[in-house]
Amino acid sequence: MTELSRIRNFSIVAHIDHGKSTLADRLIQLTNTVAARDMQEQMLDSMDIERERGITIKANTVRIEYPAKDGHTYILNLIDTPGHVDFAYEVSRSMRAVEGSLLVVDASQGVEAQTLANVYQAIDADHEIVPVLNKIDLPAAEPDRVREQIEDVIGIDASDAVEISAKTGLGIPEVLEAIVTRLPAPTGDRDAPLKAMLVDSYYDAYLGVVVLIRVIDGVIRKGDRIKMLGTGGTYPVDRLGVFRPKMADIAELGPGEIGFLTASIKQVRDTRVGDTITHERKGADTPLPGFKPSQPVVFCGLFPVDSNDFEDLRDAIEKLALNDASFSHEMETSAALGFGFRCGFLGLLHLEVIRDRLEREYGIELITTAPSVVYHVFLRDGTMQELHNPADMPDLTIVDHIEEPRIKATILVPDEYLGDVLKLCQDRRGIQLDLTYAGSRAMVVYDLPLNEVVFDFYDRLKSVTKGYASFDYQMEGYREDSLVKMQVLVNEEPVDALSMMVHRDRAEQRGRAMCEKLKELIPRHMFKIPIQAAIGGRVIARETLSAMRKDVTAKCYGGDATRKKKLLEKQKAGKKKMRQFGKVEIPQQAFISALKMDG
Amino acid sequence: MPADGRTAPAVWQTAGFGIYVHWPFCAAKCPYCDFNSHVAAQIDHGAWADAYETDLDRWAALTPGRLVHSVFFGGGTPSLMEPATVARILERIAQHWHFANDAEITLEANPTSAERDRFSGFRAAGVNRISLGVQALNDGDLQRLGRLHNVAEALAAVDMARAEFDRVSFDLIYARQDQTEAQWRAELSTALSVGMDHLSLYQLTIEPNTPFHARHQRGGLHGLPTEDRAVRLYELTQDLCANAGLPAYEVSNHARPGSESRHNLIYWRGGEWLGVGPGAHGRIEQTVGRIATAALRSPDAWLRAIAAGHSGLEEKSTSNRREQAEEYLMMSLRLSEGSDLGRLCDLGYELQQDRLAELIADGLLERQDSQLRTTARGRLLLNAVLSELLSD
Repeated sequence: MTELSRIRNFSIVAHIDHGKSTLADRLIQLTNTVAARDMQEQMLDSMDIERERGITIKANTVRIEYPAKDGHTYILNLIDTPGHVDFAYEVSRSMRAVEGSLLVVDASQGVEAQTLANVYQAIDADHEIVPVLNKIDLPAAEPDRVREQIEDVIGIDASDAVEISAKTGLGIPEVLEAIVTRLPAPTGDRDAPLKAMLVDSYYDAYLGVVVLIRVIDGVIRKGDRIKMLGTGGTYPVDRLGVFRPKMADIAELGPGEIGFLTASIKQVRDTRVGDTITHERKGADTPLPGFKPSQPVVFCGLFPVDSNDFEDLRDAIEKLALNDASFSHEMETSAALGFGFRCGFLGLLHLEVIRDRLEREYGIELITTAPSVVYHVFLRDGTMQELHNPADMPDLTIVDHIEEPRIKATILVPDEYLGDVLKLCQDRRGIQLDLTYAGSRAMVVYDLPLNEVVFDFYDRLKSVTKGYASFDYQMEGYREDSLVKMQVLVNEEPVDALSMMVHRDRAEQRGRAMCEKLKELIPRHMFKIPIQAAIGGRVIARETLSAMRKDVTAKCYGGDATRKKKLLEKQKAGKKKMRQFGKVEIPQQAFISALKMDG
Repeated sequence: MPADGRTAPAVWQTAGFGIYVHWPFCAAKCPYCDFNSHVAAQIDHGAWADAYETDLDRWAALTPGRLVHSVFFGGGTPSLMEPATVARILERIAQHWHFANDAEITLEANPTSAERDRFSGFRAAGVNRISLGVQALNDGDLQRLGRLHNVAEALAAVDMARAEFDRVSFDLIYARQDQTEAQWRAELSTALSVGMDHLSLYQLTIEPNTPFHARHQRGGLHGLPTEDRAVRLYELTQDLCANAGLPAYEVSNHARPGSESRHNLIYWRGGEWLGVGPGAHGRIEQTVGRIATAALRSPDAWLRAIAAGHSGLEEKSTSNRREQAEEYLMMSLRLSEGSDLGRLCDLGYELQQDRLAELIADGLLERQDSQLRTTARGRLLLNAVLSELLSD
């Protein structure tokens, strides 16, 4: 075990591209945690998607041993956290597992949106924060201006910010020293009953479920029988260790330490982020505060483009689900799209990540239907149904009222974009709760329906503020509103995959936008195609896709037959990417694009 | 073999046998043209004549006993060939095969004065039909199309050609930039007033890999017709030609009945033809089946290959019966007479009856006895109709 005073636990908060991964790599390198020959870029991002998108989905940890200038060797534990709002809960748990943060800011770019959301998480978790100005070697670096900005916008003292270049290695020793001298040591009671926080977990093909833990009180040893307070599961600890960043076994983990355990846990599903791990016997009774089971908030249908891939899709989804407790799935049948799955996600990024992984790692081409939130449909008989799919909406005659999930959204934005942000929130049926200023930044708080946010709110926000807004939200429960199911009919046939729940006041606008969009997305046919949006039997918007009138090759002689044939073959291949609705063929891309509304 | 002991007629007997000779050179490239044409500083006419002869010898060995219904000199600009080369080619053909009594020998020509002067030489060599690349009867548009002649020269060339040859046709390109219906009506009326018995009238198409395409991609080439205007121009063309006694017998070809291009009918009726010269395509019937051939596109490469005793082909593939049937439909539905369903039947090809019924119900196709035809509306949508009819 390590003495508490010789431990420092920290995370790194940074905007994408501001150098978080590079700094982590340098810290690992400089302390010889990894042999030089094993070094690769972005050591901590293990999945391809993480590396490519520059995002972190799973928390990672690394344990670094650092001989400080005071002559003592310290154990530094870095937890790399996901930075996206979809994983806000996971981030808050990771933040609670450490005592301090390095706030990395690009010395030429300054503080940006994403930094804010995460740094507030760190402040919420009572972190000591050490500002680090990166890319100081660039000619455009303006450390003084950025220092001032950090003080104005975030409100923390940046006068002794560490100036570094993660790329060249400049200033890295100073960062290590600052971690030791400026971040607090953890506290904890070695003799108290075991309390360890489950920070994250993932599935390893050889080891089964690997659980990342932070010990708060007590000591955990290999062979101990442990219990998860939230789920009630009990397991024997098979293996205990730390990441350097490769797994290394350790005899015990005491207060303040961060490491991993394996315990014959079969599925990630059996582990809950934020849960409290204690001993089965003489364990703690009260869990650590803040635990909540993760709940999918966004649902959509995933269908294989090629219906023959359905079984492969089922296998792939089940495999992914083993490693992701926050992702739910059940089989779904669509008249238009055949067999598929209705899946639940933490948010849109989570949805995209899962979809990307299914397509990439399992090679299955997918059609994704409109994302939807979970509605509470109250029937006249007093019962309530959870509605995950607009297609399942009960008959209106038996519906009493419908409630929808609301969120409390906090948006930080430079004041020059405030008007656009307020307009966006109002357009999305938002109710303003608060508006304050911090320096030249405005902080607006809105009560918004989640369903208005799941489509493309974040994209719109980024685009109207040129990326300078930061956005965070929390669920605020359900509220009744005037909601209706809008159907889309193409050539008089309803396309179930395009059904959606909308507010009655917005229905016409949405319907019109949808019809206009589909008119662009559906290729013209040899006959004219009415595209309609309807509520119940009432058409609220209509567009007509005119018939194609001319599609003939002007010249076709002996030498053209071969070329023409190739064209025909290409057309045939193109048709495979279409879905047939009655006589109309709709390209798959239309299902995805139609749901992205512009404003 | 039928029970009475007679052999079923060969494809060349029912749909014709023709020889396409490709001359790949032009004086200048036109910006809309994607044909296999090249501008060369120097051409060794003797070497080319030798190569055509050699190639014909090889083809003759594969297609003995045919009656030649047509020879077509295309390009490029074959009116830039030496008449002697044309003569040598036709003589060599006559050595290998018999010509049908009414064999059609067509040569494509540009209406510049230099080429006009060779007309009598071509006639002496055996050419009996000229197809003139007039393209427009409007000097401004001729300039924009990059043509080297003007209207007066074109009309003079038409007159000379008609004096020299039994049969003359010319091409016009319409649906040009900024072309109104009134302008086209005037231009086409002029063309019809000349008293032609065959006209090829093409809507301008922006083909990939042409200067026009590059310009179009960059946002240039303004004033091209909208689809609606293109349709109106097409319909106007049909009306004017039909009234003048030259109804369309194919999407872009109009003729007084009996004056249709026999050569091109071989393509559209799925006959047999040889592709001689660089980039030329052919279809020949062999015991293994119907063979599609394509010669090397590069003039130099083809010439060298032939001289070295090679076939000069870059592709040679046997089509299965399904491919043959599909190609036949693709080509024959371009014709007013349509497709012979009996031919499809012989190939063991079955149309998807539900699709067929739908296309007929939608007024795009019509069926009379064993002929399947496009309607006027269907012909304008032929690509889409085919893609529907032939999709799996």
